[in-house]
Amino acid sequence: MKNTSTINRRALLLGASPTAALMMMGATTTGSAIAEPATTVSDYVPTFFNAVEWRFMNAAVGRLIPSDGPGPGGVETGVPEFIDRQMELPYGHGAYFYMQGPFQPDAPATLGYQLRYTPRELYRSGIAAANDACRAAAGKAFADRTADEQDRFLASLETNQVHLSGPPAAAFFGQLLENVREGYFADPLYGGNRGMAAWKWIGFPGARADFTDWIDQAGQKYPYGPVAISGARD
Amino acid sequence: MAERKKHADAVIIGYGWTGAIMAKTLTDAGLSVVALERGPARDTAPDFEYPRIVDELKHGVRGELWQPLAKETVTVRHNPSEVAQPYRKYGSFVLGNGVGGAGVHWNGQLWRASPEDLRLRSRVEERYGKKFIPEDMTIQDYPVTFEELEPHFDHFEKVCGVSGVAGNLRGEPRPGGNPFEGARSEEFPTPPLPPIYAAKLFEKATAELGYKSFPLPAANSSIAYTNPYGVRLGPCNLCGFCERFGCFLYSKASPQTTILPILAERPNLEVRTNAYVTRILRDNTGKTATGVLYIDEDGREVEQPADIVVLCAFQMHNVRLLLLSGIGVPYDPASGEGIVGKNYAYQMLSETVAYFGEDVEINPFIGAGAAGLRTIDEFNSDHFDHGPHGFIGGSSIFAGATGGRPIAQMLVPPDTPKWGIGWKTAIRKHYRHSAPFGAQGSVMSYRDRYLSLDPTYKDGHGQPLLRLTFDWHDNEYKMAAFSAERVEEIVRVMKPAQQTTLLMRPGNHYDVRFYQSTHTTGGAIIGTNPSNSFINRYSQSWDVSNLFVMGASAFPQNIGYNPTGLLAALAYFSAAKIHDTYLKSPGPLVSA
Repeated sequence: MKNTSTINRRALLLGASPTAALMMMGATTTGSAIAEPATTVSDYVPTFFNAVEWRFMNAAVGRLIPSDGPGPGGVETGVPEFIDRQMELPYGHGAYFYMQGPFQPDAPATLGYQLRYTPRELYRSGIAAANDACRAAAGKAFADRTADEQDRFLASLETNQVHLSGPPAAAFFGQLLENVREGYFADPLYGGNRGMAAWKWIGFPGARADFTDWIDQAGQKYPYGPVAISGARD
Repeated sequence: MAERKKHADAVIIGYGWTGAIMAKTLTDAGLSVVALERGPARDTAPDFEYPRIVDELKHGVRGELWQPLAKETVTVRHNPSEVAQPYRKYGSFVLGNGVGGAGVHWNGQLWRASPEDLRLRSRVEERYGKKFIPEDMTIQDYPVTFEELEPHFDHFEKVCGVSGVAGNLRGEPRPGGNPFEGARSEEFPTPPLPPIYAAKLFEKATAELGYKSFPLPAANSSIAYTNPYGVRLGPCNLCGFCERFGCFLYSKASPQTTILPILAERPNLEVRTNAYVTRILRDNTGKTATGVLYIDEDGREVEQPADIVVLCAFQMHNVRLLLLSGIGVPYDPASGEGIVGKNYAYQMLSETVAYFGEDVEINPFIGAGAAGLRTIDEFNSDHFDHGPHGFIGGSSIFAGATGGRPIAQMLVPPDTPKWGIGWKTAIRKHYRHSAPFGAQGSVMSYRDRYLSLDPTYKDGHGQPLLRLTFDWHDNEYKMAAFSAERVEEIVRVMKPAQQTTLLMRPGNHYDVRFYQSTHTTGGAIIGTNPSNSFINRYSQSWDVSNLFVMGASAFPQNIGYNPTGLLAALAYFSAAKIHDTYLKSPGPLVSA
C-alpha cells in the first residue's frame, strides 16, 4: 500500500521514538490488515490530545501536508505538536473570540463563525465524530484507513459531504486546515516548522526583517536562508 | 457609587492618533488633561522590539495588538430585516487597542483627500446632474474645503516624516508626483524609497498605458528625520512587518514615534490605561458634558469630571459611546430622521494577482506598508468622466504586497488544491514569484446603511454592542468592476504566466470572514447644520458644545484613499480652532 510504504519510509528516515511507538501500540486497532498507525517523529507527548486523537492528528496532518513528493511534510515539521500546544494556550480555549450566546449556527455564512465551539471543543468533538463516521463507513478509525481513503474522507469533510454528530464537518475541517498551515509556517518557537523547513521550502527568510541592502536590487534573487526568532539560522 | 476623580480641564477618550493630536494641543494651551485609553500602555521598547515583534502567528494572525473581541465586538447584518450576528472572529476589519491605537499597526499609507472628495455631492450634481445620484444615496459635502485643510495635511505629513513626491506644488504640476492631487504648499518631508520589484513592474506597465504612477505617500520614513516636534524617525528597511505589527525601527509613524515622546513629561497630562469609558456624562440641561464615567483596571467605576470632552476613539467606538450616552438622536432608516449612526460606509477592494513564473524574482518578503509601493490615481475620486460608467467614486490602484508573510500572505492561483501534494508543490512554485495589484475603492453612504445598538448582544460589562447594518449597493459593484478592469489591463501588460482577479460581483454580500479594509467611516458625520450632521466643521457637537468628536466617524461617505490623512487634518483643523477661539470663549463655534 502506498500509505504503508510512505510511513515506513518516514519511520526509517527519521526514526519513530520509543514514546511514539508505545502510543501507537496503545492506540492501534487490532485485527485490521492495513492498520498501519500514524507515526510521530519526535518524542513529544501531547498535553491536550489523547492517544486516539493524537493518532488522528498525525494521520490527518500527514495527508494535508504529506511527506511524499518534494518538500517537507507536516508531521516531520512538528505540526501536530504545534496544534497540541496551541490548544493549551488561551487561543485554544476560545479566548480570542467573542463566545457569548445566543448562537445562531444557521445564520448566513457571510456573517462569519457562529458556532459555540472553541478550537479545543471543535477538535475534541470533531475527531470523535470523524472517527465514528469512518467506523460507520469502513469499520475502522480514520488513522487506520489507507491514504487514498483518508484523502477522500478529508475531502468529504471539507465540502460538508459527510454528516458529523458534533460540529459541521466543514467547520471542523476549516479549523484543522487553518491550524495546520499556521503550524507549518509559524516561527519554530511554537513547535512546528521544525528546522525552518517550511520557510526553506518556499524561500521565506523568516525573521531576517532587514532588507536595506536589497532596496536597490529589485528583481535580483534573494540569496540568504531563513533566521528564526531564537536566532537559529540556516 | 463611582469614585470621583479630581476635575480636569479636558478629558480625552482614546489615546491613538487623534487623542495624541488633541492631547498635544490642549496641553500646549496649558490645560490639565486626562487621557483615558481602554487598552494597555505600549511603546516601541519593549513592546515592538526585534526579533519578538516579527512573529507572524502572534501579531499577524492572532492579533495580540488588536482589540480583544472576547470582551467587546460588534454585530453585523446585511439589512434592517436581518438578525445581526456577532463578529466573533477577526476577518473583514481589525480594531486597534492600547496606546497608539490602530496607529501602531497600520500600514502607513498616508493620503490626502482629493479636493472634490470634500464637496462630492455638489461636484457630482454640477458635472453629471442631480439625477446621477441614486435616490437612496445619502452623500453630502464636507463643510470645510481642501484649501482650509491643506496646512493641516501638510503639518501632519511633516509630523509623520512622510516620503513621497509632490505632483502639484502651489498649483505647478511636478513630474513624478500625483497629477490629480490638490495644490500642496510644500514638497513631502522625505524622499520616496525606490520601488520594490512588483512596483517597478507596475511603473513600467502603467507608463505604457499612458498613466502617471507615483510613489504611494508613505508614513514609513525613508531617511533619518526629525519632525517639527523634535522627535526622530529612522529609515525604513522594508522589513515586511508593517501592517498588524508595531515598527521596531522607529520608521513607521505612529503616535509613539511622532507625538507621544514630547508629551511623556508634561505635568499637565495624565494618561490612564486600561480605562474603559462607558458614558459621556451631561448636566441636567443635556447641553453640557460634565465628564465621563469609566471602569478602571481594577474594575472600579470612576467618574472623571472635565470641562471639555474629546472623543478620540475608533470610528465605531465613537458612535457606540454617543449612542450609549444618549447624546443626539439615533438615526432611523425607516424615516431617515435622526443623526447618530447615519451614513456608515466602508471600502470595496478588488485585486488582481500576477503569477509571473519562476524566472521573475518578486521577493515578496521585501516590502513595507507603504514605502516602496507605487500607485496611480487616474481612476479615483472624480479624476475621470463618470458619465459613461454610471457610478460615483473610484479607486486608488496600487502595486505590491506589504510583505510576504507565509501564513496570511501566500499567493497561489485559486484553482490550486487547498492541501496535499498539489498545495505543497504550488506554494514553492508561486511564493517568490507572485504579486498582488489592488484597487482600494470608495463606498458611498445610503439610507439603509447605518449603526445602532444591538438589542441582544452585550460587552463584558453588560453594555449593548454596536450593530452594523451594511451591504454593497449597485453603485459599488459597478465601481469595483470598472476598477478591476483597469487593474487587469495593467497586469496584462506585465505578461505574467497567469493572472486572476478577485472582486465583489452583484449578488455577493458583504462577507465578514475575509480581511478587506479597516477603513470604516461615518456615524457621527460632519456637516453644515444639525439636521445633516452630528458635528460642525470644527468637529464640535451641535448638541453638546463642549463635546468634540474626532476620527473617521465624521466622514459623510468614504473615499478611495486611506483615511488617516483626512481624519488627522480634520483633527488639527479642530485643534487650531479650539486653541485660538474656543478656549477664550467656550460655546458653539458655528451657530446652528
